[in-house]
Amino acid sequence: MAKTFHLEILTPERVLFSGEVLSLKAPGVLGQFQLLAQHAPLVAQIDIGVLEVVFPNGLRRYFATSGGFVEVKANRAVVLAEAAEAAEEIDIPRAQAALQRAQQRLREPNWDRARAEAALKRAQNRLQVAARYGEAG
Amino acid sequence: MAGGNLRDIRRRIASVRSTQQITRAMKMVAAAKLRRAQERILATRPYAYRIRHLVGELVAQLGPEAHPLLEPRAAERVLLVVVAADRGLCGAFNANILRLAEDTILSRYAEHREQGRLSVMAVGRKAHEFFVRRRYRLVGDWRGIFQGLRFEHARAITDRLVRGFLEREWDAVELVYNEFKSVVSPNRIVEPLLPVRPASLYGAEQAETGQRPVYLYEPDPEALLAALLPRHLTVQVWRALLESNAAEQGARMVAMDNATNNAAELLRQLRLTYNRLRQASITKELLEIVAGAEALARAREA
Repeated sequence: MAKTFHLEILTPERVLFSGEVLSLKAPGVLGQFQLLAQHAPLVAQIDIGVLEVVFPNGLRRYFATSGGFVEVKANRAVVLAEAAEAAEEIDIPRAQAALQRAQQRLREPNWDRARAEAALKRAQNRLQVAARYGEAG
Repeated sequence: MAGGNLRDIRRRIASVRSTQQITRAMKMVAAAKLRRAQERILATRPYAYRIRHLVGELVAQLGPEAHPLLEPRAAERVLLVVVAADRGLCGAFNANILRLAEDTILSRYAEHREQGRLSVMAVGRKAHEFFVRRRYRLVGDWRGIFQGLRFEHARAITDRLVRGFLEREWDAVELVYNEFKSVVSPNRIVEPLLPVRPASLYGAEQAETGQRPVYLYEPDPEALLAALLPRHLTVQVWRALLESNAAEQGARMVAMDNATNNAAELLRQLRLTYNRLRQASITKELLEIVAGAEALARAREA
């Protein structure tokens, strides 16, 4: 039997995913890392990017995330993300609208640059994840 | 004259009935929104619980001096966050929470208020209007957020609270809002939010398990705590907004149910009066006819 661990992806608005998986790749702030079964207890901060989940049957699923945390304990991993979406569920027109809004704001002098840049990065990330993994499902 | 009276009552019956249809529809809408609001409260729990747990772990390990948001300061300047509704027609919902806010100010922060050391963040149009009228110093404009309440609202509010706390615009933040207990008994509470009290972080889990796992931290625990604390606060604010939203819908449902019942009672009385009047006018007409016929018969005999 393949070695699996329990993974949950939680956002403030819902439990996005819960189930047994083989591996999780996450964009740690100090570099991408991969979790397998029986990983040592860990708390890690993650960046804007993509989560890659591999299931026991070999299938993969991808999630866009705007950053957050991963906690691993007793063969359970929890991803805490303020925003995360499965690649196939990303609302592309909305992400494009957000992208344009962020670009617009970066051109205006009065906007908070850091916030606009963060919004730009989030929108770009969602579009990238949707384009690369959205179809595969 | 009796005919005119009857027409008036008929008109009133029609008007009360259409009011009743509106209050009944509003009650149904509020019930549907309440259900949705309750689901949202439940959906936020797993995330909120894990975040609190992590913050608790880190604070337990690093101690309460680890971050400025944990630092208790003399409450020279105070910010009150008051959450009411955007709309009325929900019974005493707004009046009650605003009264609690004002009582809190009078009993604990009267001096702060006089000396200009009290600010209010009024969430929801009704709160905004209330505190503007009383010339409080308001922080931000949070009208209209309950039409389409989103997590970003909680984030924007929390960003402002945290920035003000770190820049010493205020030394303490308290939250005044309605917690949704049940439809009949909402729970109005005043809750300290900032500085974060370590005691509020330790759930039952930590109390019972003596040994903690030794975590690897990436990056270091201090940086993680600094990133986690604002997210923890955002969830607290988000939950308060959701609770208040649910309580508001519950209050509106009850208010509209009462209004619908009152309309039914009014209709019953109006119909009774209407029928009585109608009966009286028929009787009167009959009497007139009979009297007329008798008069005619008497005239013929004579």
